[in-house]
Amino acid sequence: MMANNLIYLDNNATSKVDEKVFESMLPYLKEEYANPSSMYDFAKKSSNAVKEARVKVKEFFNANNEKEIIFTSCGSEGDNMAIRGVLDMDKSKRHIITTKVEHPAVLNVYKYLEKQGYKTDYINVNSNGELDLEQLASAINDDTALVSVMYANNETGVINPIQKISEIIKSKNQHTKFFVDAVQAAGKIPIDVQACGVDMLAVSGHKFHAPKGVGALYVNSKTILSPLIIGGHQERGKRAGTENVPYIVGLGTACERASDNLQYEMTEVKRLRDKLEDGILKSVFNARLNTGVANRVPNTTNIGFEYVEGELILLHLSDLGICASSGSACTSGSLEPSHVLRAMNVPFTAIHGSIRFSLSKYTTDKDIDYVLSVVPNVIEKIRDLSPYQDELAELKRRKFGS
Amino acid sequence: MWDYSEKVMDHYRNPRNVGKIDDADAVGNAGSLTCGDQLKIYLKIKDGIVTDAKFQTFGCGSAVASSSILTEMIIGKSVDEVRKITNKDIADELGGLPPEKMHCSVMGYEALEDALKGYVDKDDLNDALDEINGKPVDEKIVCTCFGVTENLIWEAIKQNGLKTVEEVTNYTKAGGACGKCKNAIQDIIDTYYNKEKKENDENKVVLSPAQKILKINSIVENRISPELQKDGGDITLVDIEGDKVYVRLRGRCSGCRNSTLTLKAFVESSLREAVDENIEVVEVNYDGK
Repeated sequence: MMANNLIYLDNNATSKVDEKVFESMLPYLKEEYANPSSMYDFAKKSSNAVKEARVKVKEFFNANNEKEIIFTSCGSEGDNMAIRGVLDMDKSKRHIITTKVEHPAVLNVYKYLEKQGYKTDYINVNSNGELDLEQLASAINDDTALVSVMYANNETGVINPIQKISEIIKSKNQHTKFFVDAVQAAGKIPIDVQACGVDMLAVSGHKFHAPKGVGALYVNSKTILSPLIIGGHQERGKRAGTENVPYIVGLGTACERASDNLQYEMTEVKRLRDKLEDGILKSVFNARLNTGVANRVPNTTNIGFEYVEGELILLHLSDLGICASSGSACTSGSLEPSHVLRAMNVPFTAIHGSIRFSLSKYTTDKDIDYVLSVVPNVIEKIRDLSPYQDELAELKRRKFGS
Repeated sequence: MWDYSEKVMDHYRNPRNVGKIDDADAVGNAGSLTCGDQLKIYLKIKDGIVTDAKFQTFGCGSAVASSSILTEMIIGKSVDEVRKITNKDIADELGGLPPEKMHCSVMGYEALEDALKGYVDKDDLNDALDEINGKPVDEKIVCTCFGVTENLIWEAIKQNGLKTVEEVTNYTKAGGACGKCKNAIQDIIDTYYNKEKKENDENKVVLSPAQKILKINSIVENRISPELQKDGGDITLVDIEGDKVYVRLRGRCSGCRNSTLTLKAFVESSLREAVDENIEVVEVNYDGK
């Protein structure tokens, strides 16, 4: 049943490793296997490779100093390390803030901290997925230790105005730390930690064409973390464990490649995303854009198909070789639809049928043409099963006239 | 990625009997749009036989497959046979479902039950009424998030031998959202198994005299005797009169000063627990009672 061609539109889940990234890693998987901490000449090359990668990541973030970069194993580690590490250094303040639409790697850390006695506030979003900045401003008080806000949402692609949020936080309490989970922003929009005024920011390599198993955390020089992994001196004592040299090198290359590619991402990838989105919204009468006019990363679209269920759409798309993902309850094994779409109050008619398509620099016009040629039929086939034929007929009348 | 059987995939790819029967004799509904899955089933019934069935489903792959195969399972069957179909039958017919997806098969069962609840065959009016009256009419909602009733949870436990709250959630969705009803689900599980235990207890009382003798004999031979042999002794069943069980202790057990203790604490209590609490064990010597 599987089609010959794979059309991968799930780049917010993970992405293909860039060929140049792969090549740059190879020497460190083969002959250059020395531990960068060793004293002999043989270790010089791997030690330098880690240094160079650190400079590349620093430039990618526009950090002030490469000492502000800590290599991690993934986005979740960066999130955990930033949040728990900063709170562990100063236990006097007991109030922390985040948003209702964060990734579980932040949300569940907050839930955990709640059990440890922290007071938490979860900031709302509107129906487009945009953060309620007024609610955020009024939530910050003298006891607020930390605010965590994602740069871009993984399900909807909606971008939070990080610089503005930083200004709000610092105007309310200049001691409050600001952490940004930028996993879904990296490689899609420019990141400038200094201009944005963030204290900490985490990324994950595999979301922008590095392999899985490597990430980075930016921690500015004014912010002190206690380490999650205690042991050796690596990462200036902030993260013990022998450096994952090949993957760190890969991450460095991926950062370089992503910087070079940003213009393409924001023009061509966006053009293809818009083509896909407009095409589906025009040809499928029960489709709605879940994010309205919100500002989004250029590669993501989240479309709700009313009166049909998301897993079934994905299964049919998969039969046609198309990879996408869904906020539907059924795909995750949980019984509730995504917390992001619920926080946005996506109508109950569409929430279970919401599909995320996320593109990359490897997506072509041909891919999008093919998807547009099959999606209307897939949705029609599933619509025909629906017990809501009358409601669907009414939707059709409203969209296309009778 | 779910590990769906070939049959599940075949049925969601090519669902059978999709649609609506305008002049249906029975219509059943289960689930809702807000819950994320819903099934409507339409039946044509003639002379007590389901002659046609169609379905409309809003739901995932396994929900469509469960609905589709259910229509195939019931067409041509008598209403009485159809009433006996359980969610487990649906899942088995599909070659199994992932545990988290069992609630899809329960939805099939629910919709079918709903359809037949409203259907009363004229020739079979009294039976049908008995059927309806026999069922508990209590429609108490346990899980308000998914609107799951106590009866449905009870049926799911009974049909599938569910033992944990997590299993109940997989099969009925109850407790899968806010989780506030998890204690209530645990209570239902506890009540069910207490009841089942009680029914077993009642079964002991209604053993016929012959069954009772066989059961006592089997327990003495298979459970008590091996234990005594470990200590170099043994036991023989001599006779049973009503609740009195006559045994003979042998080997090191015979004449042992603990033999009374052995009889009372071990043999008698074992038989009382397994067969009847009125049993009294009496030791006999070689020279008779």
